[in-house]
Amino acid sequence: MDDLDGNAMGGLMQEIFGVEMTTAIETCAHCGNAAVVAETAVYLRGPGAVMRCPTCTNILMVVVRRQDMHCVDMQGIASLSPAGQTA
Amino acid sequence: MAGTAVRGRLTWQVSAVTALIDETASVKTIELQAPDWAGHLAGQHLDVRLTAEDGYRAERSYSIASAPGEPVALTVERLEDGEVSPYLTEELRPGDDLEIRGPVGGYFVWDGDDSVTPLMLIAGGSGVVPLRSILRHRSNLRSTVPVRLLYSARSLADVIYRDELDQEGAGVEVIYTLTRQQPQGWTGHRGRVDKSMLSEVAWPPDQQAIAYVCGPTPFVETVASSLVGLGYPAQRVKTERFGGIGGS
Amino acid sequence: MSPISRGFHGRRREPAEQSSRVPPGQYVTQDFPVLSAGPTPRTALDNWSFSIRQSGNTSKSWTWSELQDLPVEDVTADIHCVTRWSKLDTRWRAVSVDTLLAQVEHNARYVLAFCDGGYTTNLPLADVTAGQAWVAFDYDGEPLAPEHGGPARLLVPHLYFWKSAKWVRGLELLDKDEPGFWETYGYNMYGDPWREQRYAGD
Repeated sequence: MDDLDGNAMGGLMQEIFGVEMTTAIETCAHCGNAAVVAETAVYLRGPGAVMRCPTCTNILMVVVRRQDMHCVDMQGIASLSPAGQTA
Repeated sequence: MAGTAVRGRLTWQVSAVTALIDETASVKTIELQAPDWAGHLAGQHLDVRLTAEDGYRAERSYSIASAPGEPVALTVERLEDGEVSPYLTEELRPGDDLEIRGPVGGYFVWDGDDSVTPLMLIAGGSGVVPLRSILRHRSNLRSTVPVRLLYSARSLADVIYRDELDQEGAGVEVIYTLTRQQPQGWTGHRGRVDKSMLSEVAWPPDQQAIAYVCGPTPFVETVASSLVGLGYPAQRVKTERFGGIGGS
Repeated sequence: MSPISRGFHGRRREPAEQSSRVPPGQYVTQDFPVLSAGPTPRTALDNWSFSIRQSGNTSKSWTWSELQDLPVEDVTADIHCVTRWSKLDTRWRAVSVDTLLAQVEHNARYVLAFCDGGYTTNLPLADVTAGQAWVAFDYDGEPLAPEHGGPARLLVPHLYFWKSAKWVRGLELLDKDEPGFWETYGYNMYGDPWREQRYAGD
């Protein structure tokens, strides 16, 4: 299965953060690369959602949903700035 | 039209299916009446949630096919090993309820405010759906932004929105490439999109176009890296991947 | 309350004669869904090995050809994924974990399977011995495809399938149970499908 991109996590992230997040800029805690969330690699077909750095494939974020609770791990993200810009 | 996307808490709402339109043998457009819909931008998605009688649920994200201001519509391709797409394309009937939430996303959008920058739209298969929303929005706005759409499909019969695309007016060039089967006498492009096809078809980099690329992951990777190789700055290549064959 | 989606049943297709073989909350699928938390690693067989580690040291390791020279078993098993699909009568060729552990001295009570791509999952030793677990490299008569975990994956069919780690490269022997990848994010440490142990606390 090929990966999806951060666009596919837009709904889930908006559910968690309360705002549109696919235009946010994340910085990878492993390689330091900064990317728009929409351009990260995302894997949704496993037991949880996994977002990875498009440069080094380090895990940026994992979300596991259990009923209406989310378990969110963002250890792989050094910074996340929602001040992204649209076209 | 700008700024009509309402941000904030995403909540599920019940819409009603008003019409189902056959686009190709495996693709349908689903038109919805969504009383609580707050509007969307061209290129955004929505999430669909299905609930079985025993409570089992499945959720998927789809691009919105209609333009801002139009009733919400989805265009869905039936995937053979899918769970949600066979239901949406085969089981759903007008009058049925469909639970949706959205709009979602703010990256792969075109708001129409910029009336100068040319658009290079590149679609693989059903990746044309959000680009169709952009084209309709441009048309509704009577925008004169020059647009080229390069659309890769297996065959002419697999081209979604063909009648509509063939009627696009001044300022919109639609270029097909057929990868598997070409009709007799086909003079258009054939084969997969690659760098040499893009160098012929895409706006030259000095036009400072903005590219929107949507399709299966390998398609998007090839097209995006080719555009960058041709001189498009990476931040002017917006991409949306929907996985491989057999997403859901 | 969500409305019921008229005519939606999910993927479930469950002939009655099979229902006693399908754990609660699962449905039977004929295809083999591909689930993954990352890109598919592709390790050349020349560079592949399977290792058993203790306290960070490798106690024993086998190259690909050494593994193939061990006694191979044909295994037919039903598998159950925590994302709710079950697949019946899957056929594998595999080396028993008993065969591998027999070549190592240890007093371990748990194992942590480790994999190419960084995935891990934890299991009690008692669940990977006594003919309950294998390192599998053929599926349905063919070499195991990379998207299904090839060249080799763990096969522990009596637990949820996330325990059957894809792209497995070895087992770390442990005195104490340590959570693996999904277990860290709230999935069950044990994962018995018949008791629906999906999440921690189930």
